[in-house]
Amino acid sequence: MTPLAVSIAGAIASITLILVVLELIRSRRLRERYALLWLATGVVLTALSLWRGGLNTMARWVGVSTYPPAVLFAVGILFIIAVLLHYSTVISRLSDQNVMLAQRLALLETELRSRGK
Amino acid sequence: MPDTAELTAAAPALAGLGELRRVAIVPALNEEHTVPRVIDELRAFDPGLDVVVIDDGSSDRTAEVAAAKGAIVLRLPYNLGIGGSVQTGFRFAYEHGYDLAVRVDGDGQHDPSQLGRILGPVLHGDADIVVGSRFAAEDNGGYRSSRSRRVGIRILASVVSWIVGQRVTDPTSGFQALNRRGIALFARDYPHDYPEVEATVMVHRHRLRMQEVPVSMRERGGGRSSITTLRSVYYMVKVLLAIFVGLFRRNVVQQEEPQ
Repeated sequence: MTPLAVSIAGAIASITLILVVLELIRSRRLRERYALLWLATGVVLTALSLWRGGLNTMARWVGVSTYPPAVLFAVGILFIIAVLLHYSTVISRLSDQNVMLAQRLALLETELRSRGK
Repeated sequence: MPDTAELTAAAPALAGLGELRRVAIVPALNEEHTVPRVIDELRAFDPGLDVVVIDDGSSDRTAEVAAAKGAIVLRLPYNLGIGGSVQTGFRFAYEHGYDLAVRVDGDGQHDPSQLGRILGPVLHGDADIVVGSRFAAEDNGGYRSSRSRRVGIRILASVVSWIVGQRVTDPTSGFQALNRRGIALFARDYPHDYPEVEATVMVHRHRLRMQEVPVSMRERGGGRSSITTLRSVYYMVKVLLAIFVGLFRRNVVQQEEPQ
């Protein structure tokens, strides 16, 4: 069985995550499209922390009989991997766009100079 | 398609239109086949309308055909999405001192001959922003869209209506007319990706007056919708999140008019 203290600590931590993400969106430091995965992480972890029977059942499915909270950690790690992977694709797109922007700027500058003469 | 004589008759009926500096903002993504017709129809409706086409990183000849028709073309270096490209148009309108802007999509689904209805309340000073709604009238001109999309629009419409305390039937419509106040607000702050729904709430929060008028829209002439069925669920969640979080946000500071 999952220790009650683990469930409570897990729920507090994941609810805090949700609140922090919402505040970051509100203060415009985080765009909605990049916040959704974080919110999903928070919601799923909150659910698994509070729904203790479900966590135990899932632990049995994946063969973790001794310590069900391990499943909580595993799910958390999976979500973090998903967020990181998502960020990698975002960074790749940003660097492509940055190259295009620099190229366009260089072309425009040449164009402007040649007109100024 | 209505003939040109019928179209030309529409604009002079709008008193006061001729004295205003007015611009049509036309976002376009890979719409080389429909953009020339949209530009022609805008000119037919009102020859004094400046047309600005925002090419959102098209891979076809959208920018060239628009320029050949005499439109001002703003070519974005890469795809910004509908929100970013439309806001480029509002910024242009703001910085160039336009009094009045209309937004007409480059895919041909907005019929410029109906601009008279949308412009009316703005010209009379009854509204800062007027939105053409496909669903405001009982007869919607046979406009069809996918079922999931209609359901999505209806859900968003009820949420938005509830927040702004005014009946909004088509919160996703991009067929709009704005006065200088509306242009200034959207030049300063405009949502991304799927902007019209959030923009409706934003307009309300800034105490600008919005009105809907019934219009009929045409089938898309070309290109493809920026929203596929699968993505609409994602957008629904994102837009609802944006709306609710936006309610707890302070208003943006209104920009001072430049001297």
